[in-house]
Order: sequence, then C-alpha cells, then structure tokens
Amino acid sequence: MRFLWTTLIALALGACATTQTTDTQPPAGVEDRAPGSSQPGAGTQSVPAKPVTGVDLTGSKPAAGAANPLTDPSSLLSTRSIYYEFDKYDVKDDYRPVIDAHARYLREHGGTKMLIQGNTDERGSREYNIALGQRRAESVKRMLLLLGAREEQVEAVSLGEEKPKETGHSEEAWARNRRSDMLYPGEY
Amino acid sequence: MRHLIAAFALLLAACGAHAQLSIEITGAGAQRIPIAIAPLAGEGALLDGSRSTISAIVRADLERSGLFRGLEVPRLVPQPTEASAVNYAEWRSRLADAVVFGSVSARPDGRFEVRFRLYDAVKQAALGGVAYTLSRDQVRATAHRIADYIYEKLTGEKGVFSTRIAYVVKRGARFELQIADADGANEQAMLVSNEPIISPAWSPDGKRLAYVSFQNKKPIVYVQDIEVPKQRIVANFKGSNSAPAWSPDGRRLAVALTRDGTSQIYLMNPDGSDLRRLTSSFAIDTEPFFSPDGRWIYFTSDRGGSPQVYRMPSSGGEAQRVTFEGSYNVSPRVSPDGKSLAYITRNSGRFQVALLDLVTRQSLVLTDSDLDESPSFAPNGRQILLASIVAGRGVLTAVSSDGRVKQRLSVAAGDVREPSWGPLIP
Repeated sequence: MRFLWTTLIALALGACATTQTTDTQPPAGVEDRAPGSSQPGAGTQSVPAKPVTGVDLTGSKPAAGAANPLTDPSSLLSTRSIYYEFDKYDVKDDYRPVIDAHARYLREHGGTKMLIQGNTDERGSREYNIALGQRRAESVKRMLLLLGAREEQVEAVSLGEEKPKETGHSEEAWARNRRSDMLYPGEY
Repeated sequence: MRHLIAAFALLLAACGAHAQLSIEITGAGAQRIPIAIAPLAGEGALLDGSRSTISAIVRADLERSGLFRGLEVPRLVPQPTEASAVNYAEWRSRLADAVVFGSVSARPDGRFEVRFRLYDAVKQAALGGVAYTLSRDQVRATAHRIADYIYEKLTGEKGVFSTRIAYVVKRGARFELQIADADGANEQAMLVSNEPIISPAWSPDGKRLAYVSFQNKKPIVYVQDIEVPKQRIVANFKGSNSAPAWSPDGRRLAVALTRDGTSQIYLMNPDGSDLRRLTSSFAIDTEPFFSPDGRWIYFTSDRGGSPQVYRMPSSGGEAQRVTFEGSYNVSPRVSPDGKSLAYITRNSGRFQVALLDLVTRQSLVLTDSDLDESPSFAPNGRQILLASIVAGRGVLTAVSSDGRVKQRLSVAAGDVREPSWGPLIP
C-alpha cells in the first residue's frame, strides 16, 4: 500500500489540473485532496486500506487430566464448588467442612497449589462481574489461609460471567453459575 | 418508514454479500434530509467485492445515520457528472434538498478517479466536491469518505462512516475478536481463541486495541497492534486483570487489578511499565473511563453498598458519586464532547442504557431491552453502540443519542457482544 503513495501523489498532480478546468461553478469547486487530509489542494491520493492481521489460538487443545486422588467421590475433597446468593460473596456455613478438608490437604501437601475461580450469573456488567467473581474467589481463599494454607499455594481469579456452567437464562441456571471452583494443578 | 426499510433492504442485498454483520434499521429520525445521489457516471466499471456501486454505498451510509433519506433517482440522459449544470427547479420538484453528481474514470495506470460535487437544491448553490484516486480494493473506503464529506457539509458534524468498530463474536465454543467497518463490512479477526475475550478498547490513534483475554485461564490485559499479529501482555498480576481504558493522549492505560485484594483502579503505560494505584477503597472499583479532556476518570464502585458510577481526578484523589437513582448503575462512558454519560442501569430487573446529562443531571433511558451491556459512543457522539440479547442471541444495537434511531447488527449462527467504536481516522 505505502509504496503506491508517493507514486500517486505524482500521478495525481496531473489530475488536479483537469479538475480545476471542469470546475465551472465557483465558488464551491471540486477540491482535490487526500481522503485523510484536511489540506485542500494536496493532490488526489489513495485511500489507505489497513489490513488486520490476527492471532489464532484455537489450534492447541489442553491435554486430558490424568486420574487424581482428589477426585475420589467418597472424599470431601471431591467437592470443589461453593455456591452464592445473588450479588453476594460470603461463604455459607454449609461449606465449612469442605473448606476445612481442602485447607488440611494444602497444609499436608505444601508443594501443591490451588486455583480458585469465581463465577457470576450473566446479569449486569461483564467487568463488574469480573470484580464480583474475584470477591467470591477471595472469600474462599481467605478462609483457606485462616485454616492454615499458605498464601503462595492459593491463587484466586475471576471468570466473571464468561464461563457459565449452565447456559440457560433461568433462575436455576443463574444459581448454578454463582459459584467458586477450587482447582488443583492439571484441572484448569 | 416502510419505504426506508425496503430501500435499505435492497441496498443491503446488493452490498451485504460479504458483510459478516448484517444491519437492520428499526427507527429513524423525525426529520431526515432528502438527498438525491445520482449514479456516478461510469461507476459501473468500479464495483466493490459484493458488486455494489459507490453511489449505493454512499446512500446506504447516509440512510443508516437516520438523518438522511435517499431519493430514487430516475435514469438521466445524458448521465450527469460533477461538471454538469444542475437544474435546481427539477430537483426541487423531486423534493430533494441536496443533490450529488459525479463520475468515475479509469486512469492509464490501471487505477481510477472518482469526482463528485454536492449541491444545496434549496439555496441553489454548490457546496463543494472532492476527487479521489483509488484502486479496485478501495471502493468501499472511498465511498465512506464521500459519505463523511456529505454528512459533514449538511449536518455540520463529523461523519463516522470511515471509522471501524471492534466486537467479540462467540460461535459455539470459539471466541473471535473482530474488527469491521462501521457498516459491518470487511470483518477481520484480530484474535481467535477457545477462551473468552472481553472489553476491547481502541487506542485514541486507532492503531492498537487493548482487551482482556482468558486464554491463560484468567483475565489478563493485552495490547495488540491491529496490523501486527502479536499480543503484548500489559497486565498479568496475581488475580484478575481487566477493564482497560486509554487516556485521551494514548500515553496511559487505566486498568482494574485485584493484585492487592479487591478490584482497584491503577494506571500504567501501555507497555505495562510504571504501574500506579489510583483507588484505595475496600470495595469493588472497576470499569475506569477517562473524560475526553483527560481530567477525570469515571468508574464503577460498590463502596456505597450498591454498584454506582463515581468519578475522581485522573491523577487520583477523592471520588464523587455521579449516579444516584436506582441500585445498579455501571459501565460509565463519557460522550466525546464530555457533556453526557452513557451507562447501564437496572430498571425493574431489566438492564438498559441510560444517558445522563452531566450539566442538568437529567437522565434518559434510551433502550427498552432486558440485558443491555457495554455502551460505546460513536466518535461524533451521535450514536451509542451497545450489546443486548434479542430472542436469546447476542446482537449489537446502535441507538442515536436521542433514542430515536436504532440499528441492529447481528451475525448468523453466533452471538455478538462487547462493541467498541473506534476513533475518527485522521
């Protein structure tokens, strides 16, 4: 594109003369100018077409997770989700034993890390929901730290309303999406 | 009105074949300027990829603004050019307030030259004209420039037909950050990912986009040059990194980070350096947006118990509450003239776009949908682009700032969301 630019300025100068001779209705003449220029009389020029070149991330698929003791359904550790009321981020008492179990696991496996993902339902601002999801995840993290997990072991992040487990628009779907998930390496 | 939709549908059929976004006008201004755009002599030699003519694209642009009504122009013999004399009485009898004549000619170098002249049929005066040299792949861009020229001459405001928009399309499990012309044509992907992408924000020079991508399983802020397929991470701290907003001079980026606990607002350079914390609340502070003069940052905070819009000096400092009515007012965007604020308000359980006059403090709800999100002003302030859900699908709506003109932009088999209207191209 750019290589044409200078050539065209030169080529366009010839065109200027023609334009002025055809301008029979003064005072408003045909004004030769570059599409992007506010300076009249600069000569006709090309309209720059800007190509957009993108990035494709869809090629790589995550590897399937290997079997994990933390997924044994008979263990409290297999419970990973904490649910919330609308617009709330406090952890209900029912979840205390689950959080206790995960805190104990983190204490006993000092090299293990956990990612907590906070989620919201689809209503309202996406960005505000990122912040609300973060508060949900942080509330779980704070409890884990109080119960002896170390700061370096636990990261709290938010997915906001972006990764709904339920895609419906009902109260039930929204309730299942107001959630924090506790995830171990290989699970996210 | 029916006439307008029919005419527009025809134009769309003519020029919409390669447009990814399709546009439907669902309202129009009360007073539209009747304009007769004669087919440019010789324009049949120069069609865009979907075989529409320059005059058809110009007319579609002007009609889409809601401020113009394109008149049917009969076949004229001989076909007028920019050098033809105008029979004003004849055009007045056709009820035209404005007339456009022009021509297309081939150049020896294989390129083309387009010339046109605009006339005021009421005052019986030529208003001006322009000549452009172009190649075949610049038909639409040139037509948009012509429409911008006509729009500005007749309304006194800048046209936005040459601008671009960014938005996110979700197709199945795939997310695409797309850029398209303001009329939805020439859609091109900036980023394609299996993880969500939100909050695209144009740099003031229109050369870069800041956005939030979840490709690393958490929100991280990236900046990407639209001509270079390379992402640059600008904010990847512990927790969430989100809500990028450019300062009007393009030298600073405001972001919402949770690195120090709950979501707070920070300033940084667009390369990620020189991070500075701006807010220090124990509440959620997010969605920063600079006023056009750069003096203020508007943002969303729940420090008062419910999410509301506040503003603070852009260097930090005490915040003032801006919205008071209702219990959920988020996503503030200041108009390009700095005089009004668009935001999302919850209204009887519905989420709608409202416009607050920052001088009179009067607010007006502009939409009647249920789940509006992410308003974005056109750079001339005339329209607001927003995301909403219609019949379970994500679509974009452009609403005029008086609420009268609405256009809907949708894609086949996908959800469109997170619109951001790019700046005027200098």
